[in-house]
Amino acid sequence: MGQVTNERSIVSYHRHAPASQPTRLYDAYKSTPKRNPHKPLIFLPHTLSETTGPVYGHDPIAETDNDLTRQHHGAPQGERIIVTGRVLDDNGRPVPNTLVEIWQANAAGRYVHQRDQHPAPLDPNFSGAGRTLTDETGAYRFVTIKPGRYPWFNHYNAWRPAHIHFSIFGRAFLSRLITQMYFPGDPLFDYDPVYQSVPDEKARQRMISKFDLETTQPQWALGFRFDIVLRGPEATPFEA
Amino acid sequence: MEFVPTPSQTAGPYLHIGLTRNHSKPCIASPQAKGERVWLKCFVLDGDGAGVNDSLVEIWQADGQGKYNHPDDRQAKTADPECYGFGRMAGGEDGGCEFETIKPGRVPGPGNTLQAPHLNVAVYARGILLHLYTRIYFAGDPANEQDPVLALVPKERRETLMAQPDPARPGGWRFDIRLTGEKETVFFDV
Repeated sequence: MGQVTNERSIVSYHRHAPASQPTRLYDAYKSTPKRNPHKPLIFLPHTLSETTGPVYGHDPIAETDNDLTRQHHGAPQGERIIVTGRVLDDNGRPVPNTLVEIWQANAAGRYVHQRDQHPAPLDPNFSGAGRTLTDETGAYRFVTIKPGRYPWFNHYNAWRPAHIHFSIFGRAFLSRLITQMYFPGDPLFDYDPVYQSVPDEKARQRMISKFDLETTQPQWALGFRFDIVLRGPEATPFEA
Repeated sequence: MEFVPTPSQTAGPYLHIGLTRNHSKPCIASPQAKGERVWLKCFVLDGDGAGVNDSLVEIWQADGQGKYNHPDDRQAKTADPECYGFGRMAGGEDGGCEFETIKPGRVPGPGNTLQAPHLNVAVYARGILLHLYTRIYFAGDPANEQDPVLALVPKERRETLMAQPDPARPGGWRFDIRLTGEKETVFFDV
């Protein structure tokens, strides 16, 4: 097998710090026991399979894909907001040209989805999906409306804090992240097992956006900042 | 300032709105891609063996020559432009989805090893707070015997990482992702 000569150039990525990510088997979140492994995961040394990843989403992105308030003939109901931030790796380096996808409920807390039976109105002017690419500095920006809170069936009187789902690719398949962005001061944090599944309090707070007056546009929309950090390499990869 | 990765959260039951309603990728390699053509049916099953109807499967793979279409793969080979390498699909009511692709070539592993042909898989669903990584190997491939990653897996569990050929369909394969239960699939700490 002497034909393999350049595997030495593979860089490993940082591993997650304990307690900084959710506990997979988190009993308070009732769907976890039957949908997560009970046997220990097998530690995998990083190979090209993990440290490479798709450059995905460069198929055409429409002009209104990052403005969820302009995807229909009329304006959606609710509080218009701007959500912006940067995607960085855990070395603090920007992650440029990576796809950021979001989805969310409408202002009344209802998703455009056949399985969402919450008796709150749908909004004909809101689909709740957006996508954009980060720029060279890792920055992204969406215009949307503030999602409503909604009930779910996890436990008696269960309600989700207002949130926007985020999906980010990053440079490697192992840097892939799907998370939820929350809004500051939500009184439901203490009661939400999804949010509480992350053991470390400082880590939980990294999912909460910050109100930002500089992003806020006068007479138009409040601004929120949400910076996202992805796993990064232990050393700078050589340029190809 | 300290840069710690943002915590993951579940994609929830409505992930289709953002990820697959207009943006699923069932075809990982175009019909012009070089390599052995494969139709791969994946089922995501919960601890009761029931299909997970709000699951999402993402696949990342090398081309037929074992080259990833990515700048950090510095092997002296040209990536096949007809092999995109990436696929993603939501599970149907039975937790199943089907990808069309080619069987990847062997890629370097740790040390001076070569890995057996495999697809890299990430699984998401309501109830999965941090997505799960597994791999799909091809049952009966002699290279499996030398694969450095399979060697890390207890022998009696390796079978959970093997796609099985569909005897009724040339090029057809099936892979079950059992999230937990008796035949729980091997998942990796990546």
